[in-house]
Amino acid sequence: MAEEKTWALVSEVGGEHGYLEELADILKQHFRIICYRELLEDPVLHGPKIQVLFMWKYCPAAEPLLLGLLPSLKVVVSGGVGIDHLDVPFINSLGAKVANTPGVVSDSTADLTMGLLLASARKILDGHQIAIDPKTMHIPQSLMGVEVTGSTLGIIGMGEIGYKIAQRSNGFEMKILYHNRTRRNVEDEQAVRASYCESLDDLLRQSDFVVIAVKLTSDTTGLVGHRELSLMKPTATLVNISRGQVVDQDALVKALQSGSIRAAALDVTHPEPLPRDHPLLGLPNVLITPHIGISTYNTARRIVEKMVENALAAVKGLPVPNEVKLQLHNQC
Amino acid sequence: MQSVCYVRCVRRLWGPAQASQILNVTNMHRSVRQLQHKKVMEDNKPWALISEVGGQGYIEEVTDIMKQHFQIICHKDFLQNPLLHGPKIQAMFVWNALPAPKPALLSSLPSLKVVANGGVGIDHLDVSYITSLGVKVTNTPGVVSDATADIAMGLLLASARNIVEGHQIAVNPNTMHTQCQMGVEVTGSTLGIIGMGHIGCKIAQRGKGFDMKIVYHNRSRRSVEDEQAVGASYHDNMDDLLKASDFVVLAVNLTPETTGLISHRELSLMKPTATLVNISRGLVVDQDALVKALQSGTIRAAALDVTHPEPLPRDHPLLGLPNVLITPHVGTNTYTTTRRMVQRMVENAVAALKGQTIPNEVKPK
Repeated sequence: MAEEKTWALVSEVGGEHGYLEELADILKQHFRIICYRELLEDPVLHGPKIQVLFMWKYCPAAEPLLLGLLPSLKVVVSGGVGIDHLDVPFINSLGAKVANTPGVVSDSTADLTMGLLLASARKILDGHQIAIDPKTMHIPQSLMGVEVTGSTLGIIGMGEIGYKIAQRSNGFEMKILYHNRTRRNVEDEQAVRASYCESLDDLLRQSDFVVIAVKLTSDTTGLVGHRELSLMKPTATLVNISRGQVVDQDALVKALQSGSIRAAALDVTHPEPLPRDHPLLGLPNVLITPHIGISTYNTARRIVEKMVENALAAVKGLPVPNEVKLQLHNQC
Repeated sequence: MQSVCYVRCVRRLWGPAQASQILNVTNMHRSVRQLQHKKVMEDNKPWALISEVGGQGYIEEVTDIMKQHFQIICHKDFLQNPLLHGPKIQAMFVWNALPAPKPALLSSLPSLKVVANGGVGIDHLDVSYITSLGVKVTNTPGVVSDATADIAMGLLLASARNIVEGHQIAVNPNTMHTQCQMGVEVTGSTLGIIGMGHIGCKIAQRGKGFDMKIVYHNRSRRSVEDEQAVGASYHDNMDDLLKASDFVVLAVNLTPETTGLISHRELSLMKPTATLVNISRGLVVDQDALVKALQSGTIRAAALDVTHPEPLPRDHPLLGLPNVLITPHVGTNTYTTTRRMVQRMVENAVAALKGQTIPNEVKPK
């Protein structure tokens, strides 16, 4: 008789926040999957069987009410690297571990960052809209962008993703400045020709493109506000691929409206999605994508595989490769 | 200005001969002569014919570069009196193929020494014909390459990662919670460059930063050093490149050999997950074949900065396909690059007029 698979809770298969069929199949190879909706049909029956909670696009949310239904829970595994949405100490206090999927997200996130930077700088969105507009009769001569090659890129947050952004920018002969909690070693800096800016203000003043690649913590919440935006060049572009809350959105709206900065390109906002009447949606110099930093087939698959790896380890009582442990400084 | 008004008044009252006598003895004489001299000097700048400022022509910000060395006249003004203006014109600046150096126009420019093109592509110029008239042809290679390579990467990434679709979903006032289609991975994918000239090499350099595997096809193989610098492998057979690539970028110039280079057969050799990026000329691709390939899923998507014609007719099928990204020939559209192009164009024209070595002369084949 086949050994029964461990039960794992997921949001849904298909649908807006759910897993693509192909990705769910990877989970099903190792786990007996139960959808959130199914759990709620009979939580008393199903709840105690569940040992793993897989989170995808923040769903299902690891809230006390849900966790209270899962007495046998051994691990919460979140797809992606950000864990600002998880109360790690609380989950740990219930006897469950927390794991994320660092590393596998970095390339595609860095790729999207460069895509947003180039699309904003060279007005690709505007260009496409003009090119296909039924009223367009002539090629516009006034659709001018800003030069990327040879410009100055300021990276705030030089972790794995920030570093990969620097690597990609080298190919465009961009001058690279970075600001980080701690300075990287000399070899790392030289490999990507990046210069450390101990003062964030200096980075902001000198950069043509400011890329935010920090994680969201109490220290980075509202890191970029009125003052920081006013230090930036009026020809500069802000690119945010970290979390919406790192930027003061009201300050950003004002800066974009007044020409304090040239433009912004955001893969992340707060909330996601923005309310339909939010001023950011109406600004001509804003490019927004719906948090697609890791949205490629390859990366999504690698994330799911890593989620499975972590969950299996937790269930077997083995060391969890990407366990999120409590640090001296609060993560959330 | 006061002195000029004085002169005019004197002349009006007394007539030219007597006015001269009177003016000669006044203190105003020298300053007036200086003003007259300056005006004559400006008028001594060679005349250059341009398309227009604004509209389909030059942005206002670059006209100062031309005016440093030339007295410019717009095509519209020229046409007011071609017999009067024609013989003065020694240089013709061509921007976005305008004004078109056709026989009718050229025959009204007996003093023409040079047709200076803004941009590197010269497929719209009949070089043999123009040079047969004793007129030199120049273009602006080099200065266009970075911006064009940047646009190629921008189009590649925007297409691969569904950036335009994503934005439309993110700002749509009517819907929230709409799934954005999954994109395809750029890092570690295979980039096939057809046309490994100055622009093609810069595209390779950028692709390398994304750990892309770079393969290329060119009329002639590049040196080992050039290949190693970007980690590029030569494919003598273009078919092999088409089969192997996840992204195919066209960076050739338009010639009889490259016209229709990519048609049904070539598209069918590409992977169904592959993306075609065209930053060369619309005519390099058989557009009908491209439409069919995109509709049938023979290739995943296309991103085009160039089409034929530009712009496409408003009912063209390419405009309606969800897997096509089109930009209106913005490859060099940055202030910095546009200024550099105009500067180079003017430099070429000045050299031609002075009989000096011309930096970027285009010789007939």
